[in-house]
Amino acid sequence: MTVRHIVGASVPRKEGWDKVTGAARYVDDMVLPGMLHGATVRSTIGRGKIKQIHFGPGVDWNEYVVVSAKDIPGKNCISLILDDQPCLASEFVNHPEEPILLLAHPDRPKLRKAVEAVSIEYDPLPALHTIEESERQSTIIWGSDNTFKTFLVEKGDVDAVWKEAAHIVEGEYLTGAQEQLYIENNGVIAAFGPKSGVTVWGSLQCPYYVHKALMTLFALPEEKVRVVQMETGGAFGGKEEYPSMIAGHAALLAMKSGRPVKIVYDRMEDMAATTKRHPSRTRHRTAVDRHGRILGGEIEFTIDGGAYATLSSVVLSRGTIHAGGPYYWPNVRIRTKAVATNTPPHGAFRGFGAPQSLFAMERHMDRIAQVVGISPVEVRRRNFLKSGQTTTTEQTIKENIDLDRLLKRALELSDYAAKKKRFAEKNKAGTHRKGIGIAAFLHGAGFTGSGERYLNSLVGAEAGADGTVRVLVSSAEFGQGTNTVLCQIAAEALGLPYENVSIAQPDTTVVPNSGPTVASRTAMIVGKLVQSAARGIKETLTKTGLLHDDYSPEQFCAGCKEYIATHGALKSYARYQAPPDVYWDDEKYRGEAYAAFAWAVYVAEVTVDLTTYSVTVDDFVALQEVGRVLHPVLAEGQITGGVAQAIGFALYENVVWQDGRMMNNQMTNYIMPASMDLPPIRVFFEENGNVHGAHGAKGIGELPMDGPAPAIVNAVEDATGVRFCSIPLLPEDLFETVRPEFNEQVVFPLARGTS
Amino acid sequence: MNPSPAASTKCEFSFTVNGEAKNVLAHPMERLLEVLRNDLGLTGAKEGCGEGECGSCSVLLDDMLVNSCLIPIAQANGTSVVTIEGMSAHSLMKPLQESFLECGGAQCGICTPGMILAAAHLLDKKLDPTLADIREGLAGNLCRCTGYMQIFEAVAKAARGRAAP
Ligand code: FES
Ligand code: FES
Repeated sequence: MTVRHIVGASVPRKEGWDKVTGAARYVDDMVLPGMLHGATVRSTIGRGKIKQIHFGPGVDWNEYVVVSAKDIPGKNCISLILDDQPCLASEFVNHPEEPILLLAHPDRPKLRKAVEAVSIEYDPLPALHTIEESERQSTIIWGSDNTFKTFLVEKGDVDAVWKEAAHIVEGEYLTGAQEQLYIENNGVIAAFGPKSGVTVWGSLQCPYYVHKALMTLFALPEEKVRVVQMETGGAFGGKEEYPSMIAGHAALLAMKSGRPVKIVYDRMEDMAATTKRHPSRTRHRTAVDRHGRILGGEIEFTIDGGAYATLSSVVLSRGTIHAGGPYYWPNVRIRTKAVATNTPPHGAFRGFGAPQSLFAMERHMDRIAQVVGISPVEVRRRNFLKSGQTTTTEQTIKENIDLDRLLKRALELSDYAAKKKRFAEKNKAGTHRKGIGIAAFLHGAGFTGSGERYLNSLVGAEAGADGTVRVLVSSAEFGQGTNTVLCQIAAEALGLPYENVSIAQPDTTVVPNSGPTVASRTAMIVGKLVQSAARGIKETLTKTGLLHDDYSPEQFCAGCKEYIATHGALKSYARYQAPPDVYWDDEKYRGEAYAAFAWAVYVAEVTVDLTTYSVTVDDFVALQEVGRVLHPVLAEGQITGGVAQAIGFALYENVVWQDGRMMNNQMTNYIMPASMDLPPIRVFFEENGNVHGAHGAKGIGELPMDGPAPAIVNAVEDATGVRFCSIPLLPEDLFETVRPEFNEQVVFPLARGTS
Repeated sequence: MNPSPAASTKCEFSFTVNGEAKNVLAHPMERLLEVLRNDLGLTGAKEGCGEGECGSCSVLLDDMLVNSCLIPIAQANGTSVVTIEGMSAHSLMKPLQESFLECGGAQCGICTPGMILAAAHLLDKKLDPTLADIREGLAGNLCRCTGYMQIFEAVAKAARGRAAP
């Protein structure tokens, strides 16, 4: 029997049974015959010239395979956007933990000793560790001005607004680095054959990024590089660009040794050496009228990119476009830049720049409310974007949005008004202060501006003689539900039961390049292509007369069988086509930044304990409009998971830096939320519909990362009266500013170095 | 730090794994997790941190929930160890696995074997756990994907299923 409406139903996760039985195969579960283990010798200083490498005594170096930059057959870089990051440092190092040498040995425990026995002499050079140091340019560490990228967005005439303003509100907001902390560390296995070239199996998000990087590194043609994604134990952006590095390392060792090589980082190495969320600084200067309406403003957004360009320009782009929040700015000037420091490159992490600039925007809205003397609710209501208005990049909001209604519903769900009143009364006495805060925000789905056109994604579907259909995409499953959602879409398009559709393991010899699995683009962009490819199969069968309009799975099967017997494989492909009405100007940073935005209002309720100076989140309401919800259980899981990470970002997760190196690179002292730390996270959806994606779905994965931090800090201010402007907000910060003995607290922004 | 195997020679250790008697040759300080994964091919227990923080390496050792990354094999000598692979016989296993699937308790799945073991261990001790019991029972198992809510729901559902057959 044909199952109708698979989309919208919570069908079982495709690879779910393997996961709950422990049978799912992650890269560290895989062993190849004759396999060696690989390890990395890394720089111990932040910046300098490599003078000499000593292989110390006590180790029989003949047992080890040693690879240096000299062994690289192609270009010594991790090819991504600017190709400025070496795979192995040869002359200079630019950050602590930069890879210099690679070692391989059959016995993994023996590697640790060998890594420790290598000592490297350097001529140290001055290093930079914060945004401010980088801006001062006392030394130039990258390009001509330590700047990877700048953007300028200009709308209207900002210079004219200041004299009309009833109030000018200024603020500076800081966010810290954050570790992705997927529970499975980075890992790959590589094999090399003179004929077959390089094969890599790994924990990764973007098989074709790794593919491209390996082609450059080995100077090999497309067909001599194969990348296979294994089950991936969490990624969150942290396995977007870094896997190209570790894959290159394992492949170099495999080539030199002639044997397969596994490199799996332990937690300490993973935390110290791989990417994190970019630390940021945002400055707002806003002109408002006496009712609290924004007349215009200037926003300056700066992120610390670390030592190499990697993805910073794209992270900056998303942060730039989201900097104005879900508000109408008649006039605005947004100046942004990504600067270089001598820390390991910061990289992709869920939200990708938006959580940083939106933290600032949403804290600043509360500030505007205070200055004008209206409530946080009212200031947002008066400034919300409406359908037909334009964003800061002058994108006209064409879809039907009603942020007022969204806000109203979030306030009802959280019982905001009653709580606000009750807390104000209760806070007059006692050692516990309660507060409630809101954040309203948006998140663009898909690549920015012309990005999707440039990606030119291709998706396939293949029918078998048994009447089952296999989806062919390079989009990876790492927990978010790619496998399930894409199969649902294909099944629905074909009118087949969900069980009759499967998805190929991402393997560059089997699947086409459907683009990277990032930017909340999979459900919306890739989903739509899967739908077209699946329909293509149906059309082929109807055109050849093997299928009629209303068919059963058995008839579909018979059609496939006959088609394949006469014509061979039954495949269909669909390529991305940019909607004709999309306009984007990369020079002026103006136009339709995203095909669609998701919208949300979150409400956080907190308790501040004036004895321990800790903040507890007691209740959390997450209400969003994400288009059609394709799979309610998966969608809810994306939101609760994102909110939990963002609570960590706001209150717990503090990267302690010393000279560009993470000092607390252990789960013992870098604290992520555990089961006891989280409030009930209550998730709600509004459905409005949107024409772009398959079945009207917009992106969902990153959105929940954006709102919790400002909602929580707004709530802490509501509870204590202290204006905190920097996250993570730790007990020591509270200790310094909130003293029970004061009834009137000191109010000043708290500055912590961003790096 | 992980206790690294001593340079000393390997010794023989015997213990029961998932009901079967096993003899392994290992350095006394080698971790149970490595013996299970590398020598016995039981890869359901995962190494998330190697220092007792994340619980992804959870196994039952003489009916106690332990982090196998912290147990030197010498300490496991003579014990009975149960891993996720050996739990299929447990009466709670199927209901737990099904409720994890239905409620969204497994996303990337890397924490899931440990999480399900911890949940089964909790339900063995508590017939009708409250939400607070569940939160506490899973406190040693970190999950970065789910935000735990759907895991709590899955465990509660499995418990309810048992209470009202
Ligand atoms: S690996 Fe054992 S507790 Fe994390
Ligand atoms: S499901 Fe990914 S860590 Fe728990």
